[in-house]
Amino acid sequence: MSEIELQHVYKIFGPHPERSVRMLEDGHTRDEVKAETGAVAAVIDASLTIERGEVFVVMGLSGSGKSTLVRTINRLFEPTSGRIVIDGTDVTGLGAKDLRQIRSGGISMVFQHFALMPHRTVLDNAAWGLEAAKVPVGERRERAQAALESVGLADRSDAYPGQLSGGMQQRVGLARALATDAEILLMDEAFSALDPLIRREMQDQMLDLQEGLGKTIVFITHDLNEAMRIGDRIAVMKDGRIVQVGTAEEILQDPANDYVASFIQDVDRSRVLTAASVMEQPVATLGPHEGPRAAMRIMRENQMSGLYVVGTRRRLRGAVSDEDATAAARRDGTIEEVLTTDVPTVAPDSPLVDLFAPAAGSPLPLAVVDDEGILLGIIPRVTLLAALAGDSNGASGADDDAAADGVPAMPTDQPGGEGSVPHG
Amino acid sequence: MAELPRVPIGRWIDSAVEWLEENAEWVFDYTSDFLSWLIELIESFLMWPNPLILTAAFAAFAWWVRSKPFALFTVLAFPLIDSMRLWEQAMSSLALVLVASVIAVAVGVPLGIAATRSPLVSRVTRPALDFMQTMPAFVYLIPAIVFFGLGEVPGVVATVVFSLPPSVRLTELGIRQVDPEVVEAGHAFGSPPRQILTRIQIPLALPTIMAGINQVIMLALSMVVIAGIVGAGGLGAVVLRGITTLDVGRGFEGGLAIVILAIFLDRSTSSVSERAFRRQHAGN
Repeated sequence: MSEIELQHVYKIFGPHPERSVRMLEDGHTRDEVKAETGAVAAVIDASLTIERGEVFVVMGLSGSGKSTLVRTINRLFEPTSGRIVIDGTDVTGLGAKDLRQIRSGGISMVFQHFALMPHRTVLDNAAWGLEAAKVPVGERRERAQAALESVGLADRSDAYPGQLSGGMQQRVGLARALATDAEILLMDEAFSALDPLIRREMQDQMLDLQEGLGKTIVFITHDLNEAMRIGDRIAVMKDGRIVQVGTAEEILQDPANDYVASFIQDVDRSRVLTAASVMEQPVATLGPHEGPRAAMRIMRENQMSGLYVVGTRRRLRGAVSDEDATAAARRDGTIEEVLTTDVPTVAPDSPLVDLFAPAAGSPLPLAVVDDEGILLGIIPRVTLLAALAGDSNGASGADDDAAADGVPAMPTDQPGGEGSVPHG
Repeated sequence: MAELPRVPIGRWIDSAVEWLEENAEWVFDYTSDFLSWLIELIESFLMWPNPLILTAAFAAFAWWVRSKPFALFTVLAFPLIDSMRLWEQAMSSLALVLVASVIAVAVGVPLGIAATRSPLVSRVTRPALDFMQTMPAFVYLIPAIVFFGLGEVPGVVATVVFSLPPSVRLTELGIRQVDPEVVEAGHAFGSPPRQILTRIQIPLALPTIMAGINQVIMLALSMVVIAGIVGAGGLGAVVLRGITTLDVGRGFEGGLAIVILAIFLDRSTSSVSERAFRRQHAGN
């Protein structure tokens, strides 16, 4: 079930908002509208569906309209046109009182510069939303204290915000948002003002909390690495328009246009891409009823030096090398006698960064298996490297092997490369 | 060279004053009655205890609001006023300053708040305040006398007009300076506008608003001498008599008493402002 739905939302600042919307609908560009009416189109024709329990990231550079877009959800900015449906209710038509009710109970917000009230204690800050909702004092304090506890600040409830570090202040901001038990959390560049180490810590804490609470989070950021790290799905905005919506992997593997492509250039792909997104179908495997001779034939035909052996339902049993298969065939032995069972395997959701060590230690391509030990695919070393290089030949290629073809000149995948680099 | 036609602004003002005098006399009468009642009340309250007892009360206040040295100053300075035989005049001036300041603040602060909420109010008040501040203070005395006769009431009215602007300006400034993100946070959590005003904007603007109130009081005090011209009595009358009789010594004594009052009022109100500021920046 979808929690938040935006339907053709426009937000125009300045004169002639309606005319500007009509111009944009007729296909005029943002600059043309600006020249003609003097109005600034901050959000243009935004349609989105955000699922319940999802961490949805809106990403873009400053001026892309991401903050404005998110503020139309709780109507801090009134959308110029379009509809916003939250949990089945069209909030675009709500009166002031109903709107306040939604803001104090249904949607809460975390701000870039924390926006704490310096003259109130940490506890009173955390209780702010409950105060607006007219929750009685006793319950208010209790719930605010519980929220502070969940962010690890229970012992600082009597302090003033000015006495806390930036990271702690933002945790108060988070506690304030959590205290109201709102289902939806809007986080506007919530961690951008923090230094990188604290930012990372806050991201982890948020993901931890999210695991227990299952809120619907709309997170704004200009930092792609942050977006990829925390977002279940990401919407990329440019000049007021949403240019692409998808998972981190979808965006990395298949950028919608040059803008997105240039944006993702600097992303640490090894942390975003997973084994599942780069694995390939093995050229051949040895089936449950095949013996050493079949193994030799398959390896010869495909010019391979080793082979994965699968059982019924493609359950991975192990691997066999060409030498062992030949030896077993000579003495009319079985595959079981020469099967190596401790082959390194990886899970489909492992990030690429975790694949280097096993890949380096194994003569065979890495085997990707699921929880039940079923072989899902393999990752040859060259594929791993190509995925990291992320060159557009590979990423936009039609077939899976294209990624491997993209890097014929990579010098790193030399067999027996150890010690081959002359020292001194 | 042809002369420009005379624009009879003065005559317009005269006829406006005349019209008001004829048609709104009851308003002025009531205002006059109320103000003189209020001034007398405060005057009699200030003059009722022995000067030394009141000095002790002032000193205690000075200590509480600021510091021990400030209390010491109060203990030495106020008896000096009494020993110059200017106690009654000083208390009368103090009463006039207090009444005028309270009225100026009661009008000015809400007007400043209104100016932050309505661009129209802001646009209208700004030139009006400029006008009020730059017009020579004496000019206010003329219509004040016309409407309220001689005595303390026209003094108070002229003082209010003269000292009003800073409270409006600094209230507007203070509220506009409140971090917009904090105000937005108030809206984002569904607080009604009144709550945002009373629990976010006013508390955060308080240091600036208090600085405005301090300015109001200082301007009111500076108007005391001028108010002496219209028979407001107090220290202004002492100074004025010093001028007209060329009694340098007496004039100086009156001036010294005004300075003592000024220091007392300025230091105590500015402490309140500084305190409000410190409370907000606890730990920074």
